[in-house]
Amino acid sequence: MGRILLVVRLALRDLRRRRTEAVLLLIAILTATTTLTLALVLRDAAGDPYESTRAVTKGPDVVANVQSTGLDHLDQLATASGVTQHSGPYPVIAGKLIAGKLFAGKIEASGRTSDAQVEGRDATVASVDQPEVTKGGWVSDGGVVVEAAFADSLDVGVGDSVVLNGRSFEVVGVAVTAAMPPYPGGSCIVSAGCVNGAIPDDRDLPPGLLHNPGLVWLTQADVRSLASDGGSLSYVMNLKLADPDEAQAFVDRNGGEHGGVMSMRTWQSILADATELAQDSQILLLIGAWLLGLLAVASLSVLVGGRMADQTRRVGLLKAVGATPGLVAAVLLAQYLLVALVAAGAGLTIGALTAPLLTESSAGLVGSAGTASLTWSTIGLVTAVALGVAVVATAVPAVRAARSSTVSALADAARPPRRTGWLIAVSARLPVPLLLASRVAARRPRRVALGVVSIAVTVSGLYVLLVLNAFLGDQPSTGAYTEAQVAVLRQVLLVWTVILLSLAAVNAIVITWATVLDNRHASALARALGATPREVSGALAAAQVLPALLGAVLGVFPGGWALFAAIVTITGGDSDKATLPALWQLTVMVLAAVLVVAALTSVPAYLGGRRPVTETLSASRS
Amino acid sequence: MSDAADTPVLSARGLRKEYGKGEGLVRAVDGVDLDIGAGETVAITGPSGCGKSTLLHLLGGLDRPSGGEVSLNGRRIDDISEKALSRMRRTDVGYVFQSFHLMEELTAVENVELSALLAGRSPRAARRRAEELLDRLGLAGRSRFLPSALSGGQRQRVAVARALSNEPLVVLADEPTGNLDSAATLDVLQLFKDLHESGQTLVIVTHDARIAATTDRTFTMRDGALVDETWPSGGTTGRLGALAGLED
Repeated sequence: MGRILLVVRLALRDLRRRRTEAVLLLIAILTATTTLTLALVLRDAAGDPYESTRAVTKGPDVVANVQSTGLDHLDQLATASGVTQHSGPYPVIAGKLIAGKLFAGKIEASGRTSDAQVEGRDATVASVDQPEVTKGGWVSDGGVVVEAAFADSLDVGVGDSVVLNGRSFEVVGVAVTAAMPPYPGGSCIVSAGCVNGAIPDDRDLPPGLLHNPGLVWLTQADVRSLASDGGSLSYVMNLKLADPDEAQAFVDRNGGEHGGVMSMRTWQSILADATELAQDSQILLLIGAWLLGLLAVASLSVLVGGRMADQTRRVGLLKAVGATPGLVAAVLLAQYLLVALVAAGAGLTIGALTAPLLTESSAGLVGSAGTASLTWSTIGLVTAVALGVAVVATAVPAVRAARSSTVSALADAARPPRRTGWLIAVSARLPVPLLLASRVAARRPRRVALGVVSIAVTVSGLYVLLVLNAFLGDQPSTGAYTEAQVAVLRQVLLVWTVILLSLAAVNAIVITWATVLDNRHASALARALGATPREVSGALAAAQVLPALLGAVLGVFPGGWALFAAIVTITGGDSDKATLPALWQLTVMVLAAVLVVAALTSVPAYLGGRRPVTETLSASRS
Repeated sequence: MSDAADTPVLSARGLRKEYGKGEGLVRAVDGVDLDIGAGETVAITGPSGCGKSTLLHLLGGLDRPSGGEVSLNGRRIDDISEKALSRMRRTDVGYVFQSFHLMEELTAVENVELSALLAGRSPRAARRRAEELLDRLGLAGRSRFLPSALSGGQRQRVAVARALSNEPLVVLADEPTGNLDSAATLDVLQLFKDLHESGQTLVIVTHDARIAATTDRTFTMRDGALVDETWPSGGTTGRLGALAGLED
């Protein structure tokens, strides 16, 4: 116990001595933990609104629909093995809906028009799939209830009027259901057939086919009165099974695949469609979290390396007074583990608080943003990742410091630079700034590798962002997302971009500053031997910019390409639908990355090239 | 203050270097006048902290004076740009430091050729010159060794070779034997004697009376000022000499 207290006390004092670095460490881990928390909370939240809607509306396990001629199939299905309850069959017709305000007994001409699936329901409560009225009341003769997301899209509410197949109805209610994904992803339950998504301008739909139909409910009598004849009616039935998890097996057993006489849909497939947006956001954030985790490891490694170099003498003192290598390593590790724990706590809090902004559930589902909450598994995973990042970045330098000779540590001897013979030989043929830059880079190859990785990870992320942005730009005209959904996904991408770029910028500055500090002696000596301040500054900047160029190129290929392929594999998407960035875009991205790194490193490099020579040489011994 | 050669290679007039302000003002170099002729070897001695190293840095353009003038080969260097100072250091001045200041990751020959590469010489010419110098200084067999594999005396010889690499007008050496054992000190003493005989202008800051004894003139410094000038013949000028009763 005493040893633990000692380790914690020493670690806390070390952190207090170097507050700025401690804050940078915190920011680096915090970005990763916040993004990871957002991703995990979104994952948990994605299913919640549908689950609650399903519970409130007595949601069906299977929804079956047939044309008018197949009504007997539904009768057989109602008594099939495994079915415990059912509602329906209910009549359904295809309709043309005009929404607008009633003015002088007529709908305003400016009203929006949309295809609709009109389902006839009883005024009484159904045992399966009783839509939950969120505003107004349930169906009555002459009154229509509109599915909530459809009502949102049409901008109609209780008291407004709509025209269905030429007949005016008053909107008496707005409701949600678990029997169909919210508008515009609704499933097709009419015999006429439906198509969701955009239709290219040069293509006409076959006559009678519904395009992005919404769902409305009337009384059965009103539906039948709207039907031109009995043959135009379709029927839908909602089933409850003894074992909801066996819904797909039930469908397989009863031959209800799409395209057959009878079409059936399981609650799991409705859930997948209903929560598609939240799931897509979660996948994006999860990938972003891993990228940020990698960047955080790079930041930490550089910061920790710098701090360790700074702590050489302290390590020597600890060992001189009897601390074992294990205790020394524990003290060094404990600092970063403490920072990681704080970052995990803060990341969990910020993530949980901001997740609702990205999880606004569709209007077509019961449940609110408040359903996004932390679970123990999320807390455990985020904490483990934060601690893992800290351990990965800290273990090597901590063990190295703990094993170092006490005498040399007390003498505050800096870790000797690496010698890369071939690079030294090649650099002799280069102009002075590049000669010095090559040698600066060669002195600490691990740091250069971290710089390359940091930029490569960032550019890979930006590559994927370009692809996703182009994809979203084509929505909703070509895909399954509405404008509102595109806006939410764009928000997610914005969060991604801002955090990614911020952490990459922190990395670039931290790496440059560590290089400047580490090269104080070499830079001063070069100046004493006749290198100009500009040549030294240029060398320090070039030592960052050249790896940045390599990192940016690797970030495009194979980095970005591989990351996008991984996303397609994880999401089961179709990469053919994506527009990959054009060559000019990639060129601009690589050049921009290099320019940004040059700009970020210019100030530390400028300062590094102008440090007083005599002070530095007097202070250092080699 | 001195009877230097007719055309001084290095000269200083009223040279001052001050740190701090008000009561905390420290005059590290306080009104130094100095002329050093071509081929002359001069020692500057004095107690620790008297300003010897600071004076050397000012003479070589490594530091800027607070006042006064410094001229190298007749050209003022105290008021030129940092870029021009750097260029001057490349070609006209060679430094030898007490703690060698060799690049640890470079071999002896790579350390020596670095000055020439910075001065824009071709890699081949720089390497040839570096190998010649190491050969001349008795380190031909050690040219591929890293500094960590060399003795103190050998490291200092590498540092001297580096200082000579661009054939400078003047070599400035700051306590060149300060970190060396007796054998290595004798080694370096012989080296400076050889340089002296070859006509190289040398300014050596040292505590070591043996080094001072090999030079043409020795200045004694105290509290930032040159207080005495001694010739090997035994003559002295200045306050210390007067205090000791050596001068009229």
